[in-house]
Amino acid sequence: MGLLDKQFSDENIVVTSVEDLLNWARLSSLWQVGFGLACCAIEMMATSASHYDFDRFGVIPRNSPRQSDVIIISGTVTLKMALRIKRIYEQMPDPKYVISMGSCSNSGGPYWEHGYHVLKGVDRVIPVDVYVPGCPPRPEALLEGLLKLQEKIRNESLVKQG
Amino acid sequence: MKNDMKKVEEIFNQLKEKFGDSVIELVSSQPVEAFIKISPLEIDKICLFLRDNEELLFDSLMCLSGVDDANGKNVVDDDGTSSIQGGTLSVYYHLESTKIGHKLTLKVSAPRENPDVNSVAKIWRHADWHEREAFDMVGINFLNHPDLRRILMPYDWEAGHPLRKDYKNPEFYQGMKVPY
Repeated sequence: MGLLDKQFSDENIVVTSVEDLLNWARLSSLWQVGFGLACCAIEMMATSASHYDFDRFGVIPRNSPRQSDVIIISGTVTLKMALRIKRIYEQMPDPKYVISMGSCSNSGGPYWEHGYHVLKGVDRVIPVDVYVPGCPPRPEALLEGLLKLQEKIRNESLVKQG
Repeated sequence: MKNDMKKVEEIFNQLKEKFGDSVIELVSSQPVEAFIKISPLEIDKICLFLRDNEELLFDSLMCLSGVDDANGKNVVDDDGTSSIQGGTLSVYYHLESTKIGHKLTLKVSAPRENPDVNSVAKIWRHADWHEREAFDMVGINFLNHPDLRRILMPYDWEAGHPLRKDYKNPEFYQGMKVPY
C-alpha cells in the first residue's frame, strides 16, 4: 500500500504511517552509484538516457557511494574487481540495496566454467536484492528489476525483519 | 614507395648474412604468412637492426603475442592432475613499416622451464605492455624489461599463468571461491 493511496482528509494533509512515509521516500529517490563494469553498463546508460528515463523513478547516478542508496552491478565481476566492489558497497550508507544486472554478475554467465578471472556471481561478496537476467538485459528488464526493488522497499517494516 | 617493399625471403637473407646463427630459419610451409625464427637472446639486436636499417624501417610493432606451444611431455602426477614438461613457449612479433609498407613476422621459442627472451620494450615503447601481458598470461620472462609486473591478473595472483595449457585454477582467491 503506497503513501498516496491514503485518503486526503483535508487540503495539503496526508494521513499515513511513519513506516509508509519512510518507505515511500526511500523507494522514490533511489540514487545509484555511478558505476559500470562491462557491456551491461551500456544498457544501464541507455536506461538512464532520455528514451527510458531512469530519472522518472528517482534514479540519479551519484559520483560517490557515500551519497548512494543502490548499486547496480552491471557486468562481469572479475576477481580483481570483486574486492573493489566490496569496498564500494561497504562505503554506502544504510539502507543500501544491490541490483545484480545480467548473467555475469548473477552467476558468472558465459565465464562460468573457463573464466579463470571471473567471480561466479556477485552474491559471493555482497548481498543481492534483485537479480535481472539477460545478456545483457534490455532497458525494460532493468526497469522491471528496479520496480521489483521498489516493491520490496514498499513492504519493508521498521519493526519486523522485512 | 611501393617498389621499396621487401619480400620476407629478401629480409631473411639480409638478416642471415648479418647475424648468422641467431637467425634460425625461414618457415613458409604453414598456411599462414611466412615467418622467421630467431634465437630468443638475440631478438633485441635483430629488432633494432630491423627498425633502423634504411631499407627496412620497421617502425611499428603491430602485435606481440605469447604462445604456449604445448609440445612437451604430458606428465600425470600422483594426485591425477597433469602438467606439461619440456617443450617450448613462443613469442610472435608482427612488424610493419609505416614508411615503406611492408610487414614481417618473427618468432622466438624458449624452453618452457626457463623461458628467457630479451625484451624489445626499449626499441618500440608499446612492446612494454605487450610483454607484460605475455608475461602475465603465458609466463615468458623478458630480460631487461623496465617493469615486468602482471598487467591483467591481480598483482598477488599466485596460481601461475592462466593461458598455459596445463594451468590449474585455484580453489580460493582472497577468501572468494573461484570455481562455479
